[in-house]
Amino acid sequence: MNSTQILLWDVLPYVTIAVFVVGMLWRFRYDKFGWTTRSSQLYERSLLRIASPLFHLGMLAVVAGHVVGLLIPESWTNAVGVSEHFYHLNAVALGAVAGAATLVGVAMLVYRRRTTGPVFAATTKNDKTMYVFLLAAICLGLVATMTGAGVLGDGYNYRETVSVWFRSIFILQPQGELMADTPLAFRVHALAGMALFMVWPFTRLVHAFSAPLGYLFRPYVVYRTRSASTAGNRTPRPGWDRTNA
Amino acid sequence: MKVMAQMGMVMNLDKCIGCHTCSVTCKQAWTNRTGVEYVWFNNVETRPGLGYPRTYEDQETWRGGWERTRRGRLRLKGGGRFKKLASIFSNPKLPSLDDYYEPWTYEYDTLISAPLGEHTPVAQPKSLITGKPMKIEWSANWDDDLGGGPEVISEDPVLVKIRDQVADRVKLDFENAFMFYLPRICEHCLNPSCVASCPSGAMYKRAEDGIVLVDQDRCRGWRMCVSGCPYKKVYFNHKTGKAEKCTFCYPRVEVGMPTVCSETCVGRLRYLGLFLYDADRVLEAASVEDEQDLYRAQLDLMLDPHDPEVIAAAQRDGIPSDWLTAAQKSPVYRLAKEFEVALPLHPEYRTMPMVWYIPPLSPVVDALVETGHDGEDARNLFGAIDSLRIPKEYLAELFTAGDTDVIDTVLRKLAAMRSTMRDVNLGREVDVSAAEAVGFDESTVYELYRLLAIAKYEERYVIPAAHSEQAHELEELGCSLDFDEGPGMYGSGPFGEASGMPVPVAVENFHALKQRQTSEAVLDTGNKRGRVNLLNWDGKGAPAGVFPPDPGKGS
Repeated sequence: MNSTQILLWDVLPYVTIAVFVVGMLWRFRYDKFGWTTRSSQLYERSLLRIASPLFHLGMLAVVAGHVVGLLIPESWTNAVGVSEHFYHLNAVALGAVAGAATLVGVAMLVYRRRTTGPVFAATTKNDKTMYVFLLAAICLGLVATMTGAGVLGDGYNYRETVSVWFRSIFILQPQGELMADTPLAFRVHALAGMALFMVWPFTRLVHAFSAPLGYLFRPYVVYRTRSASTAGNRTPRPGWDRTNA
Repeated sequence: MKVMAQMGMVMNLDKCIGCHTCSVTCKQAWTNRTGVEYVWFNNVETRPGLGYPRTYEDQETWRGGWERTRRGRLRLKGGGRFKKLASIFSNPKLPSLDDYYEPWTYEYDTLISAPLGEHTPVAQPKSLITGKPMKIEWSANWDDDLGGGPEVISEDPVLVKIRDQVADRVKLDFENAFMFYLPRICEHCLNPSCVASCPSGAMYKRAEDGIVLVDQDRCRGWRMCVSGCPYKKVYFNHKTGKAEKCTFCYPRVEVGMPTVCSETCVGRLRYLGLFLYDADRVLEAASVEDEQDLYRAQLDLMLDPHDPEVIAAAQRDGIPSDWLTAAQKSPVYRLAKEFEVALPLHPEYRTMPMVWYIPPLSPVVDALVETGHDGEDARNLFGAIDSLRIPKEYLAELFTAGDTDVIDTVLRKLAAMRSTMRDVNLGREVDVSAAEAVGFDESTVYELYRLLAIAKYEERYVIPAAHSEQAHELEELGCSLDFDEGPGMYGSGPFGEASGMPVPVAVENFHALKQRQTSEAVLDTGNKRGRVNLLNWDGKGAPAGVFPPDPGKGS
């Protein structure tokens, strides 16, 4: 393994994690007010009505697919009697549906964003940059999927290399050498994914982490009263919190 | 019993002339910014009319408020928690900008920069959303004063509801039309469905005074509050992606000042004060089976601040003693509960709204005079109420879920007050029979008259200031936009417009005021930057010349 490969597959993942985690914490602390995705439903809703759920639900399925494919070792699925062939058949079938929904959804969203005047006017440079990263990750992911499934090339069992590498990062024993020889599509997709996670905290994508699951458990009407930590007219700036001294 | 205090408002519709001063001053104070051009925390609707946004009262379409299930439980009409989360990627019941209107400004620059020509230059309308020239087709008040006539007005959801009952009396042709004005702000409900709809838990009711607010730092822009509010008084700031709503001018109320809309009301028809209510029974009251019982149930929630038992409970629950005194003097309590002349708007939404209305009586007097009768005589008045030009059924549909008896009683009380006071004014012997017929004695009539007609400032607004020891309970939770270094809302964050740390409104106002007071000229006339039309300032940053340079910092 040469030094570039070490940098890409052993070092970069940790840089990504660091940027992502620190970035998210920083953003949450300093920019709660900007923590939203600035819905454009008010401007246009007929396209959004179809495209947004299509994209988001597709994306959730894609995320679930990644979790299963990357986190669950092949030996486990083998142990419960799921053959490699059967696994991939399912993965490709479900993945194709989810991937297609995501792709069609995001295509409609981008089309809508570009062609609906008010929506385009409300699109910031930050948003455009984010779209590049997001689209790159999605499209390269589809290419990788097709490569794995044998639609492009001879097929490839990523669960023996990519997944093992992915898990090795989180147990702090990175095996970058596993990635070095994978098909190009997987490597590029992994890089695009890491790039996406690095820009994540600084874009509107942060809204993914405000999925309001607490809504299911809280009382309907919220009352707010005395909060001991704040006093006066202004919430203290981080680092200037009041002491009880 | 758990006693809680609630700031409430009463509006006397008899006195509203539809001048929109409240709307304009409110807008100047609160929503004169980019992203909220179309937002009217206060608006005045002509009834019958479509309302703002159009047909918002049609809850079969918009699904706002609560509904009672067959088993007697309350649930959000727009669907429960799971349904809300399932539809989070595209809110199915959000009014679009078309249901409000597309805000615009005019190309004023053309007026002065157009080359000399044969024709007078025209300032063309320009959309504030797209920035492109546009055709103005609707606005916040397009149907003001019945504008648009029968073909627009007849879509009024209230009118649609009662059309069958009163088809013979609801006439929309010009000579026979009726109308009155309905100023609306957020109802600051006891059982707010907007708060209940907020997935993020960013909306809350202040425990101290019941004002419903949006925590701008916690709002994630899901827009469920807009759908949940049956009055459509929560709006979406399309620039910041956050919900905004009428704040009951809490920075003013906290220091004992009336809201901007009340303060500037030329008709002096708004009353502000405290209610004490039993928080434990709110849900029960909102769940009564018959919609027409909701008004009574809501009234029963309001506790008598003179009752020793209530006073003891209030002290136990931490209501300060000067708040208790204020509650005892509260004009809104007196109008709603003692005199029972103020009614809640659309109690059938089951949100227990806390802005109450005294229904209008005026047209009946004129109508009687025109027919040669003595318009102020109680007997004539009582008789005429049944054939009011504004049908009782219409008022009932607005204020009592269709119960015309309550409307009748209220209008009779107002009529009795008129005729009794007429005797007084003309120096005749006072005939108390009319007053007694509605359960008033002479002194009650005087008191009601004093409150409604004399309407002294300090009697209209009984607002206890927030306590200094409570000050940190009432801290402003962020309403606007700035950074550590920024002088208020004038900056833009790294994540698009309006990101960064919020600045409390009071702080922002303080700086603006200070700058205004310490600058020498009324307008910075030294350069052309002073030429800013404040009425059409879209709120983007600080337009050059609006705020003089801070002398402390040099320019």
